[in-house]
Amino acid sequence: MAADKVDPIHQFHIIKLIPINIGGYDLSFTNSALFMVATVVVAAAFLFLTTSSRSLVPGRLQSVSEMAYEFVANMLRDAAGTQGMKFFPLVFSLFMFVLVANLLGLFPYFFTITSHIIVTFGLAILVIGTVIVYGFMKHGLGFLKLFVPKGVPLVMMVLVVPIEVISFVSRPISLSVRLFANMLAGHITLKVFSGFVVSLSALGAVGVAGSILPLAMAVALTALELLVAFLQAYVFAVLTCMYLNDALHPSH
Amino acid sequence: MFVTSAFAEETAPAATEGDTHSGTGVPAEAHGTFPPFDPATFPSQLLWLAITFGLFYLFLKKVAMPRIGGIIDVRNDRISQDLDQASKLKGEADAAVAAYEQELAEAKKNANSIGQQAADAAKAEAETARKKIEAALDEKLGEAEARISSIKANAMKEVGSIAEDTASAIVEALVGGKASKAEIAAAVKSVAR
Repeated sequence: MAADKVDPIHQFHIIKLIPINIGGYDLSFTNSALFMVATVVVAAAFLFLTTSSRSLVPGRLQSVSEMAYEFVANMLRDAAGTQGMKFFPLVFSLFMFVLVANLLGLFPYFFTITSHIIVTFGLAILVIGTVIVYGFMKHGLGFLKLFVPKGVPLVMMVLVVPIEVISFVSRPISLSVRLFANMLAGHITLKVFSGFVVSLSALGAVGVAGSILPLAMAVALTALELLVAFLQAYVFAVLTCMYLNDALHPSH
Repeated sequence: MFVTSAFAEETAPAATEGDTHSGTGVPAEAHGTFPPFDPATFPSQLLWLAITFGLFYLFLKKVAMPRIGGIIDVRNDRISQDLDQASKLKGEADAAVAAYEQELAEAKKNANSIGQQAADAAKAEAETARKKIEAALDEKLGEAEARISSIKANAMKEVGSIAEDTASAIVEALVGGKASKAEIAAAVKSVAR
């Protein structure tokens, strides 16, 4: 066994599959891009094929698609009201993209695109960008009321407004770092425990017996990571809904 | 495709360097930085994220979501339609039951009145028949009484003459003379009184 096989960071390496260089920027089609394509194809194909029969009484897979659809629809309606439904395609796409990306990443040898901060940050910027653009389009400068809570004395404004601004600015950071850190930490932990199994079992009979514990841990962690994969997609979608609510109703 | 190439990347250094590879765990392509924080990969990842997510968004918005939403809407419509029809049919059934009951009540009422009429008619007929018979009987009774009284009067009249005859015979036999008819008649009358 080579030592780098056990290296927990190895799984996050970007490998160029089709090198592309335009204007000095490296825009290569990498393993990350491949798994973005895979995520999109898997998610889109699932939603498309499971609903192709358009059954009045849904089968299991069609139920899954409908449940995901209604789950996100209810989430958005609860957080942002019926006005928020114009963002339903965005929130549903984000939820499905993150969910399928997380789940695909759990397969051995598969690349986890959400374990790269730039990917989650890109999605977070998309959300915040939508909030800002729509907020100013809808309310004009009234959108700035977001930073001025009602019923706060003028003296306190000096303190409250900067806090509100900071909390708004930190949103894309917290949104992206939460997803990224969860996926990164989960995959490193999985890899470390699986690595223990490999290196311990190389030590002979005693090592094989001793590798049972990390193996059990790896199995349990896989189950936990399945939960985390869903939970982080859910959290991402819920926070998106709440931020979009701010764009719709800036005055608290 | 990816798996094999990744595997090649993994096994290549292992084959060349073997167990002499130290445990630092940083292969050559890592540029010495933690891969998720390597800015060299940012433009490519952002570009491909924009392309793939953009296409995904468009596909969901234009194809997948109208379809799923349509399925759910059709189902909800169908359910509410079925419920409507069920309540309509129930209303019809209720109306039919009400009409039936009303008809039944009417029929009962008719039957009662017909029975009552028949009973009344029968009673009235019986009454007239009885009256007729009674009248006939009364008439006969009257006739009979009249006859009896006339017979009685005749008889009584004859009783007078017989008494007079008897009295005159008795007077003749006892006294030997003849009493005048008028005297005897007066005597009989006073006795008969």
